[in-house]
Amino acid sequence: MKELVIISGKGGTGKTSLMAAFAYLADKMVACDADVDASDLHLIMDPEVKKSSSFESGHTAVIVKDRCTECGLCRELCRWNAINEEFVVDPIECEGCGVCVYFCPEKAVDFPLNVSGEWYISDTRFGPMVHARLGIAEENSGKLVTLVRKEGKELAEERGLNLILTDGPPGVGCPVIASIGGASALLIVTEPTLSGKHDMIRVAQLANHFRVPGMICVNKFDLNIEETRAIEEAADEKGLKVLGRIPFDPLFTRAMIQGKTIFEYDGESETCRAVREIWKEVCKIMEIKEIQKS
Amino acid sequence: MIISVASGKGGTGKTTVATNLAMSIGSNVQFLDCDVEEPNAHLFIHPEFKYSETATTPVPEVDEKKCTLCGKCGEICQFKAIVVIGETVLPFHDLCHSCGGCMEVCPEDAISEKGRELGIIQKGDSNGIEFVHGVLRVGEAMSPPLIRKVRAHTRKDTLTIIDAPPGTSCPVIASMKGADFILLVTEPTPFGLHDLKLAVGAVRILDIPCGLVINRSDIGDDGVKAYAEEEGIPVLMEIPFDRRVAEAYSKGELLVQQMPEWKEKFMELYSQISDMVG
Repeated sequence: MKELVIISGKGGTGKTSLMAAFAYLADKMVACDADVDASDLHLIMDPEVKKSSSFESGHTAVIVKDRCTECGLCRELCRWNAINEEFVVDPIECEGCGVCVYFCPEKAVDFPLNVSGEWYISDTRFGPMVHARLGIAEENSGKLVTLVRKEGKELAEERGLNLILTDGPPGVGCPVIASIGGASALLIVTEPTLSGKHDMIRVAQLANHFRVPGMICVNKFDLNIEETRAIEEAADEKGLKVLGRIPFDPLFTRAMIQGKTIFEYDGESETCRAVREIWKEVCKIMEIKEIQKS
Repeated sequence: MIISVASGKGGTGKTTVATNLAMSIGSNVQFLDCDVEEPNAHLFIHPEFKYSETATTPVPEVDEKKCTLCGKCGEICQFKAIVVIGETVLPFHDLCHSCGGCMEVCPEDAISEKGRELGIIQKGDSNGIEFVHGVLRVGEAMSPPLIRKVRAHTRKDTLTIIDAPPGTSCPVIASMKGADFILLVTEPTPFGLHDLKLAVGAVRILDIPCGLVINRSDIGDDGVKAYAEEEGIPVLMEIPFDRRVAEAYSKGELLVQQMPEWKEKFMELYSQISDMVG
């Protein structure tokens, strides 16, 4: 089984639109949305949820007034300043470390499990999809990403599908690290801007750090040809395979507004031809049997 | 006053708005780039960095001579960052949240703390702007502690503009909490709207007044405006798509430098925010 994870470093470079286009092109696949913090893939994939489960992770301290003698030990020990002078825990600041729970001489701190999100197994017109929704202001996005990818793998095995396409989050932190460990390959989608290049280099370093082979394509390449070349050179130096260029095209936005992939919106466009070529390269490099839809 | 610029969706123009706002105001401004995973504001503000520090977070170090392998450290740790296996105690520094529980609980006083590198913090000036950013070490998972360290540089006597990371989870909260105003930046597309709703959810939890900038305002649909009206979120600025703007951005140029007429608009934006904060 192969898993391709699409990341970008910088946000808004076109990861999700490209991922949906690949889902259209792929013969058979399982889609995973690992951007659990601000997931958008479902807006194009239109999943029909078949199974929904709550994501429980971590604990939050709650001081029970009746038992609390206000001795102040918890406030002294808490490194997050999460307990105020009235001995009320701010759930946003609480890290869930349990130090106050452990040391409270009156056993006055409860420590309930958090329900910090939901995850779903769905059907889409391109195949099954695993996705999730992290609660606002919640932590542990990395754990939820790990869960989504694990479920994606199990689903692929169950249904005899050999390819997983994973839409990753922006950045290089916890959820990105959780998205790339053990992946067969990464595709970094970047844009020809100083920010795009700066962030691509950092995410390429991360790929290197975790020893996942990386590929790259430049979206909106014609906004700055010079920068496109500079990015491709920098990527080549970092050992990334340069797959191709996608023009700046309002087609992506138009298709998104209709909840379609770019192929469903206008499959004959030059942009679609470019994306098809990139997909061919991906298949070649990852040794995926390529049966493209026309 | 602290203005935090946030968005939900990435790539909507947070950094563009934050940097142009700072440059338009021009004096008595502090700029904190809290998007420590991918800090980009320096590419537009070009500060001359004069100060740099390595930011660390405390993680346990075990003195094996004192350790009796009682296992209490592993028991208290919620993050599986320290365990006793056979005849050794193993700390996993990458998993440690720096709560200090293991050190506190150890009956033998065998645990002390050392620093795990989170990244670096750099400080410099440019055109009357005091600039601070954090750069997360590649491979480091936890950005909120570094964000809090960047924010510790906040000066009380000046305007502070914060460039927040995308999303709605802990790093975003760490960049918005305690701000006087949240300036949300979005694009009028289904993705932009969906993630804006999440960002507004976070702003509501923190109970901070907010306003909206719609970037590339003429590309997309009317969903964002309809939502803003419904929610009573004022649209403070609209930036239409202009290929010249996109090209200037790609080279690290500011909108207010490329098209000076925007300076007045950003000053107007600032004065609207000041009025709303009161």
